[in-house]
Amino acid sequence: MTDDLRAAVPQVLAALVRRGADFAAAEDAVQDALVEGLRTWTADPPRDVRAWLVTVAWRRYLDAVRSDVARRRREEVPEEPVEVPGRDDSLQLYFLCAHPSLTPSSAVALTLRAVGGLTTRQIAEAYLVPEATMAQRISRAKRTISGVGLGEPGDVATVLRTLYLVFNEGYGGDVDLLAEAVRLTRQLHRGFDHPEVAGLLALMLLHAARRPARFSADGALVPLASQDRSLWDARLITEGVSLLQAALGRDQLGEYQAQAAIAALHCDAASAAETDWVQVVEWYDELVALTGSPVARLNRAVAVGEADGPRAGLAALADLDPGLPRWAAVAAHLHEADGDLARAAELYAQAAAAATNAAERAHLLRQASRLSA
Amino acid sequence: MPKYLMLKHYRGAPAPTNDVPLDRWTPQEWTDHVRYMRDFAARLQDTGEFVAADAVAPEGTWVRFDGEGRPPVTDGPFAETKDLIAGWMMIDVDSHDRAVELAGELSAAPGAGGRPLGEWLELRPVMSEPPTVTE
Repeated sequence: MTDDLRAAVPQVLAALVRRGADFAAAEDAVQDALVEGLRTWTADPPRDVRAWLVTVAWRRYLDAVRSDVARRRREEVPEEPVEVPGRDDSLQLYFLCAHPSLTPSSAVALTLRAVGGLTTRQIAEAYLVPEATMAQRISRAKRTISGVGLGEPGDVATVLRTLYLVFNEGYGGDVDLLAEAVRLTRQLHRGFDHPEVAGLLALMLLHAARRPARFSADGALVPLASQDRSLWDARLITEGVSLLQAALGRDQLGEYQAQAAIAALHCDAASAAETDWVQVVEWYDELVALTGSPVARLNRAVAVGEADGPRAGLAALADLDPGLPRWAAVAAHLHEADGDLARAAELYAQAAAAATNAAERAHLLRQASRLSA
Repeated sequence: MPKYLMLKHYRGAPAPTNDVPLDRWTPQEWTDHVRYMRDFAARLQDTGEFVAADAVAPEGTWVRFDGEGRPPVTDGPFAETKDLIAGWMMIDVDSHDRAVELAGELSAAPGAGGRPLGEWLELRPVMSEPPTVTE
């Protein structure tokens, strides 16, 4: 039920805006209607979710406008019930909510609320901030884009970055942000034919497939090479690979397709040793050419170490800034493969001290102690 | 969207630029200082970057486990402890640069003579969850 409800949210919002409501007020009204729906529908869900939401949201919108009318001396707003058109231009909302004038955190929050249909409280819980803070972040974001029309062309790159951030970061609460990111990207992909949208969706599916193997039963991080690959979700991998192949066939390579290609090569290998590392390196070359990202160069050094031996990996690493996040972890791994266990242990400990999350820190400390024993 | 703790110290931090002992501030200087801190927190609530803020008493109790079936051992306070936290503010921001900018603003809270205190604040990143995409 809630999935239907949330899937209807962007369509309802678009319907109100098309009807003449300004975006910020319409978005508040839809959120009110959504909260009311979540509260009252457990017992008695309506037959047509979208129509119900449009009716209730429009009524809320009118109430809000009327209470403003005396002050702002606005003209009357039409009261007749809104017809629900078959046309769906809710895709425009993706572009508006990830408008380049917004900061990444604002774009994420606004997208999750206006497109994802999450409540402010759910978003606040997912990012571990107070609800009042998240409410302010969202209302400021709406003020920032208040002059932007719904039909204006946006930037697909910021939309993709926003969805990628939802997928990659966030803590939980009662919302599964990873699943939410997949849902929103899938919805975008259905209505918007673009190889990088397909590439991002493929990337998400291929990583989501490995999720059951990422942590051990006692909560420890399990690196890719040691994961139990029988736990990987074959259905998601099949879907991700076929999406990727179709996207690559269009010959408009982008960073998400390149990342998905790397993920696909990992998913394709029955064991870490059977990975086609030469191809992985080639895709990292593409990714580096596309983005120039130092993180991509760092990961490329790992792949070079597997394809051409640890000495070659260390040579690739030598060109990179040791101040990069996870540089020491990569160096430790390559030195261990090269047989220099003392140096590796030292670097693992150094990497642990620089880790930015507790799970990785614990993993690196275990590696250091394994080699020091 | 990293989180940072901005830590204020009773002791252990280098001397502030406006280094007048706290007991020599006038009541008005205190009032202005406290108002600045409160306004700063309110401004961060308004920008959607505020997570939490608290001050802690200078004297506390040290506690440790003392074996099964025994009550915990308490001790302290230890006068020799070098580093003494006075309070913190946690923020949720888009970048490290933004965190530095905000810590700089907080450090500009007025002190003696109404001039910026220039207190050293310690900025510590809060550990996050591991990212989903790792290679």
